[in-house]
Amino acid sequence: MTDNAIRSARPSKIMQYLRRAALIRESWVGSIGLGIIVFWVAMALLAPLLAPFPPNAQYVPFMAPGFNLPPTGTFWLGTDHLGRDILSRLMWGARTVLFYAPLATFCAYAVGILMGLAAGYKRGWIDDVLSRSADVILSFPILVLYVVIITTFGASGINIVLAVTFASAPGIMRIVRGLVLDLRNRDYVAAAQTRGESSLYIMFVEILPNARGPLIVDACLRVGYVIITIGVLGFLGLGLPPPDPDWGGMVNETRGMAMSFPHMTIFPCIAISSLVLGFNLLADGLREVSLRD
Amino acid sequence: MTVPILEIKDLCLSYFTRAGEIPAVVDFNLTLNEGETAGLVGESGCGKSTVALAIMNYLGDNGGIVGGSIKFKGRDIVTMSKEELRRLRGADIAMVYQEPMAALNPSMTIGRQLAEVPICHEGVDMATALKRAEELLDAVRLPDAKRILAAYPHQISGGQQQRVVIAMALLSKPSLLLLDEPTTALDVTVEAGIVELIADLGHDFGTSNLYISHNLGLIRETCDRVFVMYSGEVVEEGSIDEVFQSTRHPYTTGLFSAIPMPGSDKYDRPLVPIRGQLPLPHLRPKGCNFGPRCDHFEAGRCDNRRIPLDRLSEAPRPHAVRCIRWDEIDWEAYRPDVTMVEQMEPGERVLRVEEMQKYYEITDRSFAAMLRGKNIRFVKANESLSFDARRQQTVAIVGESGCGKSTFAKVLMGLETATEGRIRFNGDDIADLPVEQRSPEQIGSLQMVFQNPNETLNPSHTVGSQIARVIKKFGIETDARKIEQRVFKLLDTVKLPRDFANRRPRQLSGGQKQRVGIARAFAGNPAMVIADEPVSALDVSVQAAVTQLLMEIQRDHGTTLLFISHDLSVVRYLADRIVVMYLGQIMEQGTTDEVFSPPYHPYTEALLSAVPIADTSFEKRRIVLEGDLPSAMNTPPGCPFASRCQRHLGDICDTTPPPIVEPEPGHRIACHIPLAELQAVPPVFSQKDDGDGGDTPVVAA
Repeated sequence: MTDNAIRSARPSKIMQYLRRAALIRESWVGSIGLGIIVFWVAMALLAPLLAPFPPNAQYVPFMAPGFNLPPTGTFWLGTDHLGRDILSRLMWGARTVLFYAPLATFCAYAVGILMGLAAGYKRGWIDDVLSRSADVILSFPILVLYVVIITTFGASGINIVLAVTFASAPGIMRIVRGLVLDLRNRDYVAAAQTRGESSLYIMFVEILPNARGPLIVDACLRVGYVIITIGVLGFLGLGLPPPDPDWGGMVNETRGMAMSFPHMTIFPCIAISSLVLGFNLLADGLREVSLRD
Repeated sequence: MTVPILEIKDLCLSYFTRAGEIPAVVDFNLTLNEGETAGLVGESGCGKSTVALAIMNYLGDNGGIVGGSIKFKGRDIVTMSKEELRRLRGADIAMVYQEPMAALNPSMTIGRQLAEVPICHEGVDMATALKRAEELLDAVRLPDAKRILAAYPHQISGGQQQRVVIAMALLSKPSLLLLDEPTTALDVTVEAGIVELIADLGHDFGTSNLYISHNLGLIRETCDRVFVMYSGEVVEEGSIDEVFQSTRHPYTTGLFSAIPMPGSDKYDRPLVPIRGQLPLPHLRPKGCNFGPRCDHFEAGRCDNRRIPLDRLSEAPRPHAVRCIRWDEIDWEAYRPDVTMVEQMEPGERVLRVEEMQKYYEITDRSFAAMLRGKNIRFVKANESLSFDARRQQTVAIVGESGCGKSTFAKVLMGLETATEGRIRFNGDDIADLPVEQRSPEQIGSLQMVFQNPNETLNPSHTVGSQIARVIKKFGIETDARKIEQRVFKLLDTVKLPRDFANRRPRQLSGGQKQRVGIARAFAGNPAMVIADEPVSALDVSVQAAVTQLLMEIQRDHGTTLLFISHDLSVVRYLADRIVVMYLGQIMEQGTTDEVFSPPYHPYTEALLSAVPIADTSFEKRRIVLEGDLPSAMNTPPGCPFASRCQRHLGDICDTTPPPIVEPEPGHRIACHIPLAELQAVPPVFSQKDDGDGGDTPVVAA
């Protein structure tokens, strides 16, 4: 093989990742999970096209699923107490949840990975300070922590992200730290040290990529938990301010009437749990596939 | 005729995977009589452990016996029910595994674990069982059996653990004992004791043993009959003398020329690696499995059909060979192609270590220690090391685990700093210079080859990018094209194809990974390379190739090689000077010839005697050391080796540090024994008289 041929045979990074991602087909659990997630992502992206009604427009309240109002159209999942179409609100609500949940998880990971790498690789007083702070944060009941943060700073999307980051980063730090404690003793890390690489290079280039397997699985699970959290915050009235659709908020507003008009509460609940289930199944599938080879 | 203990006929074993059926062992025959020891030898992946598991009928979910029979005392194991097998395993057939710590339950005392065996298989009560356990611990030569019965596994040493495992296997008086690499995880001097025990098992306990190992020397010292396996088949079998003295299979001869023997020499009789690689089980060639790697390969005959095992004589259990050309090849005249290396003269001094000392501080954080006010203790990892290394020279540091050789490497590389003393490297004192404070030139000229091939490369990056990083880091080239050219050149140097640059470490074999590790170390044109057991984790045929490669590159670059190892046979082959360490101190140093012939330090003598020798033309004196390495936390005030020394003089050894005597300039021995007495010690190895006579008083000559 000539040198040029070797150069061109180098597969691009993106193609490699896509090929690895396609392995999820080997696990049917993971495929189902991925399917559910793809479904909701499509709903969220296509909401302006697919949603039959504007999310905040009011028609006839308390209508059961399948209610037909000529010439406006059919309310497939019925209407809520203010006469808004539930299907359209679920679609638009998917946008909120699928924007903020991954964003919050990403921020929590960014902070958690930084802390975990520093604590696990540097050890010493840095480890002591970070680990003890993490212990303190983790000793609060998480829900109380959320309520305190949101009531202090006000209910908004960004504050939800902040609250989730603050509350989840210590847990992520512990996972990363544990992985780093194992990986830092590998010979390739010693090889990097003996050629005088900086700590930052060793942490991010030599160690972090090798910790990615367990972290990706955990991130998937964690997105699911954050979706529940956002739902719970909405239910407590600490979610996104009305009237914009928010799955947790939809449950909260209608729960008093759930005995008489269950469809108004049940459909948002199904939406939340199906999406969480999707992420959990995907995480299981990833773990299964990664253990196989 | 009595029924043999074990009779395996035409056994075929397969594993079933996603890719389909993979034959692991094909057409395996073995007969084992009472009190006999048979050895299965071969490299990793040849199927030797699979055979052992099949004898227990314990192949796991994806493995199966697809043909043949395994008769144990005349009863076929293959057709036995689960219940029959359960009664057989551990009672009539027992197994000893490689890792003693993994074979013992860490949360139970030794006594309880041992007692379980007779309680389970014979239904005796606890007191009787414990008494039996104690007797057996005595029988496997463990002193202080009562204390060990009450101890937990982590409280006793590795050698003691393995003796306990053997005792456990013997407790139910098995007729067959399977030993799967029982000494691989142990130090050589400890191994020597276990090997002696195993060799005596047959007549002391009447068991028949099946000994599995990759080490031909160990097989020679323990077994009556040997089966050489390659790629799932027995390629040669016979008595030890037949196989070791009139070897008739090209693979077996290849193995013998690949391992360092007392007779081999890096200049006159260099090691010959077996070219190529073991074929993967589903990619085995047609005809002879060894064909593609064989010097005697004849197209049309060797790759035509399956090669049968050919009997060399009409004896009931003859020497047999799976080769159709065994009687055509002139075995005496055959000399494989080797690249001869010219002798290298050592140049100017590159490294001078003066009185180097490394202590680790251990802070006891317990309340009790704080109250006592004494909470700092020292681990004396290195104690006043002094030696030199010159350009082009290979200096070996030899010692068992815990002797401080790796700590020394860390100080040298700047991962730790010395507590006392100086290390002059190219004129600069680097003893107190951590790697962050060293200049790029200093770092680049002192590089390291690591031990574990699976850890030496980062699994997340391609081979090429990892070598390129070193070139960039040391500022040898800056232009991307030039860096790439240099990566290709380095791959050429270590004899790997250029397109390996795009591969990831998991696509490489152990030997290939180690080659990349060597390429990486030599990327910065180092003046000195530290090789920390670079071949000990590789298969023998690959070991020779990597060793030869290291020597070649060293010669081409004029590099000083600091070779850290526990394996004296490799060291004897490779090194110009040897430094023998024990418990952080240098016991003896000198040229290879000086260290390998009397006068010896008693520890060197014991180490030499512990090395298993596969060459039947040599005899060696057996010295088995008592006891275990003392802790580096409280080193003895006198000679560190005093507690295990076979030539212990008396109180002076325990109380006074030994003086250093110098029989030749540069040959230093730290011992109280008068030099004249040490000089009178006979050599550990000697050539047997019956051979070609002449050059008798051997070894290092």
